[in-house]
Amino acid sequence: MNIPYPDLTPVIPEIIMATVASLLLLAELVASNKRALGYIGIVVAAIAIYLLPACKGEAFGGMFINDTFSVYFKTICLISLILTILISLKYIQVEHADFGEYYSLLLFSTTGMMLMASARDFIIVFLGIELMSLSLYILCGIKKHDPRSTEAAMKYFLLGAFSSALLLYGISMVYGLTTSTDIYRIADYLRQTPPTLPLMLSMTLIIVAFSFKISAVPFHMWAPDVYEGAPTSITAFMSTAPKAAAFAVLGRIFFTAFQAFEPYWTTILIVISILTMAVGTVMAIVQTNIKRMLAYSSIAHAGYILIAIAVGGNEAMNAMKVYLLIYTFMNLGAFGIVILLDKGENISDYNGLSKSHPYAAALMLVFMFSLAGIPPTAGFIGKFYIFMAAINAGYTWLVAIAVIFSAISAYFYLRIIMNMYMKPLGETVGITPSLGLAAALFISAVMIFVIGLAPSVVLF
Amino acid sequence: MGHASHPVETEAPESNFPLMRTVAMIPMLALLIFFGAEVARNLHYPVLSTVIFLPIFGAIAIILMKRGHEALVRWSALLVSITTFLLSLPLYTNFNKGTAAMQFVERSSWIRTWSIEYFIGVDGISVLFVLLSALLTILCVTVSWTSITERTKEFYAALLLLEGLMIGVFCSLDLFLFYMFWEAMLIPMYLLIGIWGGPNRIYAAIKFFLFTLVGSVLMLVGIIVLYLHTDRSFDMLRMMSSHYPYDLQIILFWAFFAAFAVKVPMFPVHTWLPDAHTEAPTAGSVILAGILIKMGAYGFLRFSMPMLPEASKALAPAMMVLSVIGIIYGAVICLGQTDLKRLIAYSSVSHMGFVTLGIFALNTQGVQGGILQMINHGIVTGGLFLLIGIVYERTHTRRIADYGGAASVFPVYSALFMVFTLAAIGLPGTNGFIGEFLILLGGFTASKTLGVLAATGVIIGAAYMLWLYQNIFFVNTNPALLGHGYRDVGMREMLTLLPLVVLVFWIGVYPNTFLSFMDVSVQGLLERVNSAGQANVAAQIIEVVK
Repeated sequence: MNIPYPDLTPVIPEIIMATVASLLLLAELVASNKRALGYIGIVVAAIAIYLLPACKGEAFGGMFINDTFSVYFKTICLISLILTILISLKYIQVEHADFGEYYSLLLFSTTGMMLMASARDFIIVFLGIELMSLSLYILCGIKKHDPRSTEAAMKYFLLGAFSSALLLYGISMVYGLTTSTDIYRIADYLRQTPPTLPLMLSMTLIIVAFSFKISAVPFHMWAPDVYEGAPTSITAFMSTAPKAAAFAVLGRIFFTAFQAFEPYWTTILIVISILTMAVGTVMAIVQTNIKRMLAYSSIAHAGYILIAIAVGGNEAMNAMKVYLLIYTFMNLGAFGIVILLDKGENISDYNGLSKSHPYAAALMLVFMFSLAGIPPTAGFIGKFYIFMAAINAGYTWLVAIAVIFSAISAYFYLRIIMNMYMKPLGETVGITPSLGLAAALFISAVMIFVIGLAPSVVLF
Repeated sequence: MGHASHPVETEAPESNFPLMRTVAMIPMLALLIFFGAEVARNLHYPVLSTVIFLPIFGAIAIILMKRGHEALVRWSALLVSITTFLLSLPLYTNFNKGTAAMQFVERSSWIRTWSIEYFIGVDGISVLFVLLSALLTILCVTVSWTSITERTKEFYAALLLLEGLMIGVFCSLDLFLFYMFWEAMLIPMYLLIGIWGGPNRIYAAIKFFLFTLVGSVLMLVGIIVLYLHTDRSFDMLRMMSSHYPYDLQIILFWAFFAAFAVKVPMFPVHTWLPDAHTEAPTAGSVILAGILIKMGAYGFLRFSMPMLPEASKALAPAMMVLSVIGIIYGAVICLGQTDLKRLIAYSSVSHMGFVTLGIFALNTQGVQGGILQMINHGIVTGGLFLLIGIVYERTHTRRIADYGGAASVFPVYSALFMVFTLAAIGLPGTNGFIGEFLILLGGFTASKTLGVLAATGVIIGAAYMLWLYQNIFFVNTNPALLGHGYRDVGMREMLTLLPLVVLVFWIGVYPNTFLSFMDVSVQGLLERVNSAGQANVAAQIIEVVK
């Protein structure tokens, strides 16, 4: 039998990423300067971003698809990767975690996310998730001598494995009921069947599994602990790219595979979304550790993004993409400042920062106002778009709830600004500036204003 | 640091109040304004964009200056604010008073995907606020000249940024653009209160921010709903001529009310104001009282009434009742205050009650009085806050009990204070009288009971203001005031107050200069609101006939 050689064009970016990741693993053995590996990672990610739009198409019999939707999400993941490497270059040296595997694992993890964004088959979804998660578990615990880091890795691993098991369980049930793992075939099948209990159960299991990944309430418990314990650069990465990938899968699964059940999952997702916003916002207010605060803040943001999934439609999907892109810049920027400070974990460490380090404080001010969604920053554009899509879909009441939480959330972002600008300078906190970090902060801040003032650049 | 500013012993006594120098400056200033206006009116430039963005770019330039060049920072801030004012003068000289249409319009596409435009212009309702903002900012710069010693460049940058954004709010004709300016304004104001404010500044700043933000985001929901009901357009002129279903109008009215009532502030949501006013630095209080809280009332005039005319008409009685509660409540609270700034802050609640009462009386006198009273309140309360700031810089106390017999220590100061006190009371001949008279006239026309109740606010107003004046300037001389050799008003301070004193009497004697700006626009607005119900009836009749 003559098996045709498959057209691998759509997968080229992933192949490059995976290849380079493997090569980095080898290069680590001989490289004396680990930073060079990081630079290679940046270059490869940039090449992948460049190639992505040119590689549209399907591969592996339709299991893998590279369309506009996935290109956008992959770009977000790759941007997040680039910024993460930039903020890591110096940081992991300071933290004595400069193993060459660090960059290799970051690349592998991103490859997993890219697979997720392109998956049109549950098997690929699972493959991507595992590649992403396994790499992240190790990265979380890469500070081998820090018990908190190890604890975070352990927690993340256990709960992640649990959620993977749930996902697998859900997928296998769907397969058993519909005899397929292909998203389109499942969709066709479901259109002709009434929603039976086993089907609903499997759908719910998949929702639960992804709720873990995007740290939606009530499956968010791991996030603050893991975010706090993991190396800050990895926290920054975890709070942005994996979420983007998970939302990409959520969007694709629910709008194709389970489209026939829309009324059911819409209700579930709206409830989850409201709970997520509420818990994220309220819990962030009482935190004293900024990494935990940002963890809860990212939970709250996941709540806003869930609105987009819940209300559905083209506009909401676009809003979700734009929001995740904006969120990547502002969240990575905020974590960048946390990394910049030698002792920046407690919120009180920021007291009087504007006096000792005015530029760092000014940048943090921008990131905080953006996270709070105050114009003219990008954070406002992101929220505006999601709210507009939701109101257009008829969920005005949901938006009314969301804006109230959004206003309350301003409190804890303002608290950082208040500490930096309005409290007297306590102990002067040292900073460890580096070119890479400065570049990442600069890019993030500029993008926040560019998107905030001229959002046309990211609207498609 | 206040005691460090004792006058130099060798200073000659007559230079204590440089009357002659001040008087000599007046013709020079008048000439500057005259020639500035002449030059500006003959230049062709986009007036509104210039007055919005000149201060914003000025702020950016100042923030980029090197730390430590205090004098350079101050003078550049002054230069930027004066230039902005001069460049805004064509709005006064070239304004066509015969039309209700928007003037000085600039329009270009901004965010195509959402059909958002950069669309600005002014009409008779907004033009005066632009001029007032530009004027008050100059005074804020000069009054802060010596009192702001920390983080000078950030201070002036925030002030100028605020000016640009405030003017942007008054000029926006695109709802999205408006909202951008409206909310972005919170950032510099928050920093002004929180960084340079009084002892309790952090609490006041956060309270101000959160109150306003909650109101604003509810308005955002309303704005998006309005946008989707206007075929995805943020064009305000189009919204003003559209007709929305009645039930929708009511909901939208409350959404906009949330934002505007907090800003005004109207009775149940006014509690942020006393804290913010009291804790803000002088310039912050002046901007707050002079411009920022006007935006709430302006919002009712610009958005709620023309866009939601039926709802405005239906809910006007409720708004009037809230206004009257605000008038009396604010005035009564004033009677029990011990803090100078807090008293003026509560008097703002009372005075702004008059403004909203006039606006929702929905007749010409009421609305015109309301707009004029907004300007008046900006001048008078702005002036009072400037005066309080001037004396606070010397004595470092705001407690009324720490004063007494100040008239003998600061004779010129006390005379100036008298002018603004009487204007606040509404003495005939001052601007306060014209505004309150028109509002009460409008109020009586709309409802006799509310008119009578509102008039009691005037009486209580006279009571607390005169009581305040008496306690500060007369009665027994407080020994704490003597022996420090406090300086009376200096030339810089005199020149700061002078424009406001002129305006107090100008509007008091010949209000027509300013009323004539708004005549036609107010007529147009009221026609729209008062004919709203009839259009509805006509539509119903057509339904029945069909």
